[in-house]
Amino acid sequence: MVTSLRPKPGPPRSYHFPDFSDELLPSGIHLVTAPVAKLPVVTVLVVVEAGSTNDPAGKEGVAALTAGTLLEGTERFDGAELAEAFEQLGTSVESGADWDSAFIKMTVLSEQLEQATNLLGETISSPTFPEREVERAKAERLAEILQLEMEPRGLADEKFSEFLYTQESRYSKPDEGGTESVRALSRQDVEEFYRSRYRAGSTTVIIAGDITTDEARALITRAFQRWPSGVAPSQPLIAAPRTTRKSIHIVDKPEAPQSELRAGHVGLPRKHPDFFPALVMNAVLGGLFGSRINLNLREAHGYTYGASSFYDWRRGPGPFVVSTAVQSEVTAPALREIFLEIDRIRGEHISEEELLLARDYLEGVFPIRYETTGAIASALATLVIYDLPADYFESYRKNVHAVSVDAVLRAAREHLHPDELQTIVVGDARVIRASVSDLSVGDLHVYSS
Amino acid sequence: MGLHGGQFTTMRIPVETFHLDNGLFVTLSEDHTTPIVAVNLWYHVGSANEKTGRTGFAHLFEHMLFQGSAHVASSEHFELIQRAGGTLNGSTWLERTNYFETVPSNELALALWLEADRMGELLPAMTQEKLDMQRDVVKNERRWAVDNQPYGTMLEKMQELVFPASHPFQHSLIGSMEDLSAASLDDVAHFFATYYTPDNAVLSIAGDFDSQEGRELITEYFGPISRGTERPPLPPMNLPPVFGNRLREVVHDNVSLPRLFMAFRSPVFGTEKYYAASVTSAVLGMRKGSRLQRSLVRERQVAADAGAFTFDLAKGTDLLVVDVTARPETSVTRLEEEVEREIDAVHREGVTEAEVKRAVALIETDLLASLQTAGERADRLSMFATYFRQPELINEQAERYRSVTTQRVNDFVSERLGENNRASLLYVPKEGVESESMLAAAGRAD
Repeated sequence: MVTSLRPKPGPPRSYHFPDFSDELLPSGIHLVTAPVAKLPVVTVLVVVEAGSTNDPAGKEGVAALTAGTLLEGTERFDGAELAEAFEQLGTSVESGADWDSAFIKMTVLSEQLEQATNLLGETISSPTFPEREVERAKAERLAEILQLEMEPRGLADEKFSEFLYTQESRYSKPDEGGTESVRALSRQDVEEFYRSRYRAGSTTVIIAGDITTDEARALITRAFQRWPSGVAPSQPLIAAPRTTRKSIHIVDKPEAPQSELRAGHVGLPRKHPDFFPALVMNAVLGGLFGSRINLNLREAHGYTYGASSFYDWRRGPGPFVVSTAVQSEVTAPALREIFLEIDRIRGEHISEEELLLARDYLEGVFPIRYETTGAIASALATLVIYDLPADYFESYRKNVHAVSVDAVLRAAREHLHPDELQTIVVGDARVIRASVSDLSVGDLHVYSS
Repeated sequence: MGLHGGQFTTMRIPVETFHLDNGLFVTLSEDHTTPIVAVNLWYHVGSANEKTGRTGFAHLFEHMLFQGSAHVASSEHFELIQRAGGTLNGSTWLERTNYFETVPSNELALALWLEADRMGELLPAMTQEKLDMQRDVVKNERRWAVDNQPYGTMLEKMQELVFPASHPFQHSLIGSMEDLSAASLDDVAHFFATYYTPDNAVLSIAGDFDSQEGRELITEYFGPISRGTERPPLPPMNLPPVFGNRLREVVHDNVSLPRLFMAFRSPVFGTEKYYAASVTSAVLGMRKGSRLQRSLVRERQVAADAGAFTFDLAKGTDLLVVDVTARPETSVTRLEEEVEREIDAVHREGVTEAEVKRAVALIETDLLASLQTAGERADRLSMFATYFRQPELINEQAERYRSVTTQRVNDFVSERLGENNRASLLYVPKEGVESESMLAAAGRAD
């Protein structure tokens, strides 16, 4: 017999997020170095103020296209030669843009670090954006859009953003651009975007791994000596909701065996004073396997393989969303349970047990998130992007710990808005329409293909 | 340069092993840099062990292992680990099923005890109601990941195409809806008693723990569990090195772009020839500089994406699969012709030394980067222990890859990439499904 005696935890060992240094190089580049001596590997992450929210109106997708073609050619090498050169060093460079910034990232063995970083600096300081490669990247993005729209999850996500934000908001359109805007982009748009935004004063280089601060400073100073000086202009962000009337939108997908569901509203900006209460509140509502929404929909009802809720944290107010896929026949009952859970967490205090589960999880899992040089570099990037305090990681667990059941209730009441919920269902309208309509939870719109 | 310059060539992960009397094979690997520890269990059972009419059973069973045991309530395993600040999951493959937790190091005992309780005493907690509920969850998993997902049927269609009927790898891993409905509580009990035994399992711990303390905890919790009885042997799995003729299947599906998966029989995981196959796969499809990316995506622009991978099967035969998605303007016929032509060229002319060097350099970096996480170290230790009883192989992987010569890659290429060893699974957009129409959907409310 296995003993019935449950083991008690031993004394916790202290954990500290890796020490890092933070300095401004004479060129204006912000350098962050985290020496982590575990394995002979280093991650270099370049973050530039050139994210999708900087796309000019009508040119949605240019930030992503610029970041995506940064390594497709210089005066000395074409794109194929560059890929070959990096890969012969055992690394490949990933580059792209998210809402708030562009990133260029590579992980390399220590012995190749110097050569790879010099090549990286040279490449992204003098990209030529060859016409052929820009057109190819556009065509690949257009192919990707076709695929996303055939995929129920991708379609649901896209429609959710579209119904959530006002059309003037950059957030209402796909971060990498939609078909129309991407088709219209030119090599010159890319070149102009690069010239205006890829500037030293808007660039942070983060190095994590087997390196010292002095070595990192020397390395980056040399490798980025040709990085353009100056600062990218700042730009206001519109993130107003499209409507505050509760509505349900069914996007018909005949014969779909499941309905993809998204329900939510405009959420909170990342640097919001209620970040920690909202984080813990969401963990209880739908952020964990043992959260209310998942236990209800999956374990109590068997409606789904999984259900969750989350805040999509961005500089501006990103979406708050409940997301799941359920068997078509139970679409309406599943939606009813989701709405009930949102009402319930606003209606009364969560139990101390639930609070402990969420807090203990968030506090305990913290060190597990930062095992790799790549994860440490990405974590440091969030400090820069969201302008968080330098002791953010050291005080993270203390801040989670300070959240009370009162604070959770307050966060739920202030930041969840059941009357403004926008619900998207991608599913078989023939099967689900009547029962969803009977829920009477807002205006119903059905879109057919 | 760096704090540890040049250390890689001598880097070794410490590995200790021991057995319990009941046959449980244990591997331990200490590392005290971060106060976390990973516990990882491999059971040597997968969909290959299923009987006809009971497909999907190994995977359904993986779900049942989270439904409680003698001293743990339903879903409590998840709750206790998350409450402890840990992460956890399980996964099922053709030849094995694994379960794993990463927890703060002071919670090692909890993770071990939870795994022991469900290995030793799952059945007292098993009910018809739980089985019915998880069957529904798995059916929804099937709808989500397979039926309602473009190309989601790839794995099961591929298995059906490339393995002969009655071969243990031939049937669907997630199972058919009919078979899932037919699974009874008796089947569950029988499957558990047969395969979830200490002598059919490997337990690994990696991370911040004291190995003496680890041994004591393992002996205390797992020691009392009884050894299993004899397991039914798998039917013969060996297959000739090549298919012998061309295999081809066309699937009309809800997809927007044609996509070709071309499979080749290849040497089983862990053999010397496997490493040549694995390097070939990287030469063909790993990252932008690979053969297929360079030729089909960059130069000829007929593909939106291209890649290659191996299944890493340790029995019978492995598979190397090339995966190419067409650009919207590329016809199905053209896609097939272009891929065939590339493979023909590789088969005819072989690959170059520079291509092999590129592939090995990338593999080596990925290998080292992945060993940064305790969970990944524990999983690989379990894998090498399960398949070969040699967890220390984890330390030989970089060397194994480095010793692959261009000659060996080209021997593999000439033996296995010929026309007599190709199985094409071709996804084609369903007729009448116009991807463009979805774009206009939001504009027309009714």
